[in-house]
Amino acid sequence: MATVNSTAKPPVFEVADDAAVAGARAALDAHTVEMMAWHFHPSTGCPFWLDYARSLSFDPIKEVGCYDDLKKFPPFEDEWLRGGPVRRWIPKGFADQPAYVFETGGTTGVPKSRVNIRDFRTDYEQFSDTLPEEFFPRGANWLMLGPSGPRRLRLSIEHLAQFRGGICFCVDLDPRWVIKLIQKGWMEHLEAYKQHCIDQVITILEAGHDVRCMFTTPKLLESLALALEKKGTTIRKAGITGIFSGGTEFTPQWTRFAVEELLDGAYMTPTYGNTLMGLAASRPVVPADGYTIAYYAPQPRAVIEVVNFDDTNSVVPYGGTGRVKLTTLTKETFVPGFLERDEGERELPYAKYPWDGISGVRPFRALAGATTVGVY
Amino acid sequence: MHLPAWRFGKPYESLERTHLVHFLTGEPIAEVSQVGGAMLGRDLQKAGQARAALLAIDPEEIVERLQTAGNLYAHGTLQVGDSRQSPDDFVKQQSATTGLPESLCRSNMQKNLFVLSNMDRMLDALSRGLPPEILWRGYGREHRGVVVSYQAQSPVLGLVLPSNSPGVHTLWLPVIALGVGLLLKPGGQEPWTPYRMAAAFIEAGIPAESIGLYPGATDVGATMLAGCRRSMIFGSAKTVEQYRGNPNVQVHGPGFSKILLGDDCVDDWERYLDVIVESVAANSGRGCINASAVYASRHTKAIAEALAERLGPIDVRPPEDPEARLAAFTVPGAAKATWEQIEAGLAAAGVSHATAAYGPRFVEGERCGWLRPTVVHCATPDPEIARAEYMFPFVNVVECPQARMLERIGPTLVATAVTDDATFQAELIDSPAIDRLNIGPIPTTKLDWLQPHEGNIIDFLYRSRALQLAAEAPAGVAG
Repeated sequence: MATVNSTAKPPVFEVADDAAVAGARAALDAHTVEMMAWHFHPSTGCPFWLDYARSLSFDPIKEVGCYDDLKKFPPFEDEWLRGGPVRRWIPKGFADQPAYVFETGGTTGVPKSRVNIRDFRTDYEQFSDTLPEEFFPRGANWLMLGPSGPRRLRLSIEHLAQFRGGICFCVDLDPRWVIKLIQKGWMEHLEAYKQHCIDQVITILEAGHDVRCMFTTPKLLESLALALEKKGTTIRKAGITGIFSGGTEFTPQWTRFAVEELLDGAYMTPTYGNTLMGLAASRPVVPADGYTIAYYAPQPRAVIEVVNFDDTNSVVPYGGTGRVKLTTLTKETFVPGFLERDEGERELPYAKYPWDGISGVRPFRALAGATTVGVY
Repeated sequence: MHLPAWRFGKPYESLERTHLVHFLTGEPIAEVSQVGGAMLGRDLQKAGQARAALLAIDPEEIVERLQTAGNLYAHGTLQVGDSRQSPDDFVKQQSATTGLPESLCRSNMQKNLFVLSNMDRMLDALSRGLPPEILWRGYGREHRGVVVSYQAQSPVLGLVLPSNSPGVHTLWLPVIALGVGLLLKPGGQEPWTPYRMAAAFIEAGIPAESIGLYPGATDVGATMLAGCRRSMIFGSAKTVEQYRGNPNVQVHGPGFSKILLGDDCVDDWERYLDVIVESVAANSGRGCINASAVYASRHTKAIAEALAERLGPIDVRPPEDPEARLAAFTVPGAAKATWEQIEAGLAAAGVSHATAAYGPRFVEGERCGWLRPTVVHCATPDPEIARAEYMFPFVNVVECPQARMLERIGPTLVATAVTDDATFQAELIDSPAIDRLNIGPIPTTKLDWLQPHEGNIIDFLYRSRALQLAAEAPAGVAG
C-alpha cells in the first residue's frame, strides 16, 4: 500500500526558457568560483575547511571552475556539524563579527549546528521580494507562531516583518518537547500544549494589533482555523490576509483543504527550508496544477538537486523521484552536496526561478520510520 | 474502484489515495481517498446533526431499516464508492486485501447479517427491556412506574477500526439503533465492511448524515479519540495501556481467551478436543475471542499432542478454496517476525513445540507470509510464551494446578471453564480476570449476541441519571 499523489501534472506554469536557464547556470558557476576563493583562502576561510583542504587531492581554488566541479569533494558528513568548537566554522574574514549559532533537531543527542552572521537576514530579505504586496502589505504587523529557542525561525520572521516595515508578535512553541510528548504517548498533554499556543494567538489577534501577516506551520494553522471557527469567525475575518508556512506535511491535498476550508480567502505561500539552506520559495500553488507544491532554492546562495538514490552525483530525470541534495554557497557557510533527510520529484525550471525545482517533498523513505515529522 | 471519504452525507474525493492491491498477485483492487485529522476536526463540530437526523425517525422504524440493511448487505448489489458491488465482489475484494480466505469472509458476512436481523432482540436484551423511546426522548417511565433518564454521552461514536479482523464489526452495528451516529475510520486494508455496511444502511433509509467514513493516517484516529466524547479503538496491548483510565475511549486489544479444564473433567479431555480446536482455529485464529491457552492440572502433554495432530496438518490453500482456513499476513515481514518471536519463546526451559513434527510453520510467499497452526506445551505458567497471543491459530497447553489457575491466567476476555465443581464455578464467576465466562464445553468463539461484549454498549453510550419533573415528582423523594 502506498500513498501517492494521483493528480496528473500538466505543465500549467511558465517554464523558464533556455537562455534564462543558461544565464542562471553561468551565474551559479561564477558564484561557485568566488566562494572557493573565499572559503579556501588562508586569510578568509574557516578553520574547518582550511584544515580539511589539506586532506584533499585537489586545490579547490584552482580546480573548481564551475558548480559541477564541486562533485570533486567527498560526501559531506552531517556528523561534522555536531558539537564544538563551533568557531571552527566561522570564516576568518568574519572573525570579528558578532555571531549566532542555530540548531536543528536535537531531541536526542547533540544537535547539528550552523553559525550565522547575517545570512538569515539576507535569506529572508531575498524571500521578501517573492511575497505579493496585496496579501503581505508593507508596514503590516506580523504574528510568528512557531519555534524560537535554538532555531533561527523566530529571528528570521521578526527580521522579515521589520524589513517590510512591520512589527512581529511572537508565540513560542518548543518542538523538542512536542516530539517527546508524542514519543511518550502523552496525547492529552500534546493537545493541551497546542491549545496553550492557540489561546495566545487568539488573544493577540483580538487585541487590536492590526496583525495581517502570519507565519505558522500547517498543524498549528489547522488548530487556529478550527479554534476560530468554533468562535464563529475565520482566519480572514480575524484580519489575516497573508500566511507564510512551511513543513514537509505541505501536501497538495492538505493545501487544497486549507484553501477550500480553512483560509476563507487568506493567501498562503508554502516554503521549504532549514537551518542549512535558508528558504526555498514555491511556485504559485493553483488548483489547475493539482495543488502541486514545487520549491525553488535561493540560487546561487543554495542549490537543491534531486539525485538518484544510489548514485548521488547524478540527478534524476524531470518528474523522477530522488533524494534531496543540498549545497550551500554563502560567504558565511560552505556545505557541498549535503544529503537531506527528504525526497521528492525533480521539477522543470520556472520562469521566475530558472533552475531545477522539487515537488512532493516528504521524509526520505529509508529514514522515514525513524523520524517524527509534522509535529508542530 | 475508488472509495471516497464520506463526510456525514457528502462524498469527498481526496487528491491523496492509498492503492490497495491483491495480497498474492499485486493486482490493483481499489483506491481509497485519504483525509486529514483537521477535516474530521471541522466536521466533528457538527456531529450533533448526526444524532438529530436519527432522532427525527421513530426508533422502531430505525430497527426495521437496519434489518432491511442487513439483507441488502448480505444479498444486495450496492453502490459502494464509484462502483456497483455484489456480495461476491465484496468477498473477493475483502479477501484480496486482507489475506483472509473467501470462506471466512463469507462467514463474517453471515455474522453481521445475523446481528442486524436480530437487532430488536439484541436491543431488548442489552437495554433490559427499556422502551427505545426513552433513549430518543432522554427520559420516560419504566414499566415499574419509575421515571428513568438516559443521557447520550456523545452524538456520535468514533471507531478506529482494524485491518486484520473483519469479525469486530458486529460491535458497532447496534449504535445507529441507539440513536447515536457512526464515525468510522476504516482499517487501511479493510475498508470493505464499513463502506458496504454504510451503503446498505443508507439504501435502507438510515439518514446519510448520521454516518461518517474518514479513511486516513494516524492523525485521523488521534482527532477522533480527542474530539469524540465516546470512541472505540482496536489495537495492541500497548494501545490498551495508552488509553487505560480514559472514560471516553473503550479499547479492544488482545483477548488472551482461554479454556480451563477443571480437575473433575480433565481426565475426559478427549471429549473436549473439538471445542478446543474450534476455539483456537475458527476465523483463522485472528479474533480476540480465539483461545490462546488451555490450562489443565494434568494430561497436558497428551492434550498438546492431540491438538497438534488435529491442527498441525492444516496447510496454506488458495483464498478461494472452500477448505482454506488460514489467513495470510499481508504486511511484509510480519509473519517472519512473528515466527522469530515464537522461536525465541520456544527456547525457554519447560517449553516444547508440539507441532514441530508437522512441517515448518512459517511459509513465505512472494508478497506475504503465513503461519501454520502452532501448539506449544508449557510445563508451568511461568515461561513468557505461555502468555502470548498471535494473529493465527496458536495455543499454549499450560500445566497448572486448579487451585492456582485463577491467580495465574491473567486478563481473559473469554474463559471456557469445563467443570461441574460448584466451588470452582463460584470462584470463576467471582474472578475479575475473566470478562465473558462460559461454563461447560462451549467454544470461546461462540458468542451469545444477546449478552454484552466487553461491557454493555448502552452503558458506554448512555449514562443513567436522575431526572425529576415537578408535575410528576414521586412521593418520598428526599428534599
